[in-house]
Amino acid sequence: MIEMIEMILAIPIVKILLGIVSILIPLVLAVAYTTYAERKLIGYMQVRIGPNRVGPRGWFQPFADVFKLVFKEVIVPTGANKVMFLVAPILFFGPSIAAWSVIPFDAELVLADVNAAVLYIVAMTSIGVYGIIIAGWASNSKYALLGALRSASQVISYELAMSFTLVGVIMTANSLSLGDIVAGQSGHIFTWYWIPLFPLALIYYISGVAETNRAPFDLPEGESEIVAGFHVEYSGTSFAVFFLAEYANMILISVLTALFFFGGWLSPFQGTFMESWFAWVPGMVWLLLKASFWLFGMLWLRATFPRYRYDQIMRLGWKVLIPVTLVWLVVVAVMAKTGFGPWYN
Amino acid sequence: MAYLKNLFQAFTLSELFKGLGVTGRHMLQKKVTVQYPEEKTPQSYRFRGLHALRRYPDGEERCIACKLCEAVCPAQAITIEAGPRQDDGTRRTTRYEIDMFKCIYCGFCQESCPVDSIVETRVFEYHFENRGENIMTKQQLLAIGDKYEDQLAKDIASDDPYR
Repeated sequence: MIEMIEMILAIPIVKILLGIVSILIPLVLAVAYTTYAERKLIGYMQVRIGPNRVGPRGWFQPFADVFKLVFKEVIVPTGANKVMFLVAPILFFGPSIAAWSVIPFDAELVLADVNAAVLYIVAMTSIGVYGIIIAGWASNSKYALLGALRSASQVISYELAMSFTLVGVIMTANSLSLGDIVAGQSGHIFTWYWIPLFPLALIYYISGVAETNRAPFDLPEGESEIVAGFHVEYSGTSFAVFFLAEYANMILISVLTALFFFGGWLSPFQGTFMESWFAWVPGMVWLLLKASFWLFGMLWLRATFPRYRYDQIMRLGWKVLIPVTLVWLVVVAVMAKTGFGPWYN
Repeated sequence: MAYLKNLFQAFTLSELFKGLGVTGRHMLQKKVTVQYPEEKTPQSYRFRGLHALRRYPDGEERCIACKLCEAVCPAQAITIEAGPRQDDGTRRTTRYEIDMFKCIYCGFCQESCPVDSIVETRVFEYHFENRGENIMTKQQLLAIGDKYEDQLAKDIASDDPYR
């Protein structure tokens, strides 16, 4: 019996499927509880207590939300392109899940060890915008179309700054593989890339927030001007899929920030006298802790800042973030050429 | 100089961090939420809620059908019909109805009442389940008055020095 289970587990496709399931289920749970954390945290920042009625302290709130959405009717608007309308959420959700396949949770813990993982991730995070554009167009609604237009131009603008910051990371690590990038940061907390690439780390995070259409860059949704933007016509499960994808993207950006600039699964106590005290903590815990910190940051930003005006968002993207990144890339190039500090040698 | 200061602020994101500090501080503050069904806020003795018709201590109804409340009611929610009472021939209401959907809870009826008959209690947690239940009859209003008489008498007494 045990031999048979081992035999089945040895089949490559079974192994891959198991890997996918073991990433997807925690991810979906994380998404559910991110929505709960967001409501609770924003509540706390507004001196309220947030949801606390469903289950002890409101812990079952996300499930109540999901059941409500699933039991609601999916309404297809008149004149909408039905196929496109229903495909759009999947096109948005698919890439945000697919990007997770190359994320290394620990030194060896990665579903697909692609050596061009950075390229793959950039591709996957940009392809999601097609889902938004199709959703906006297929809805046959002017507000949805406006939201889609805003989203398209915003994502293109911030994509540039975001990808340029990754050029800095690649120049520093001399590799496109996420495993090598994290391994290149090993040493101690000051050999992580956030020191030499500090402006890039900041810009990556800011563009990441813009890329996931989160406040203060949530113009594609802009509920005060265009109701709910690209997903104004969506209801029930199809809306839930959009919701799921947005939060999966948020978590992805947080994990990527931790991987690219903050040492991924490396312990922050590495290289200090406390290293042996925390040697028993698995690397995944450090990665998730760092990611949670950045995720918390996203919720914090949403609770604090009002939405940008559209021209301001474009100005910030094109006239601030991209020039700063380009200048810092030259600095990175000089540092790499001269073998500066512990990062380039 | 102002330009440099602006540039410095823009690149250190100092103002953004100030804003984050504000929300961060509030996150740790004591929450102001009142968890309503379990917790309630204190109520003024002038609170204007569900209506009631009061009686004198000997059980005689106070209302003398002067119709001042009907006249003053800005929402025209009160309907009164008057006539002599069967047993002693005194002027009484034969019909006293308040449409609770029309009522705006302004308290003018209570202000205008010369005998403190129509009053508003502090009760605000009530509902109607069927059509027509929103029209409160004289019997219902008197019953409410009987139920909350102690509270009503106390509230009116506390308000007395200010009139």
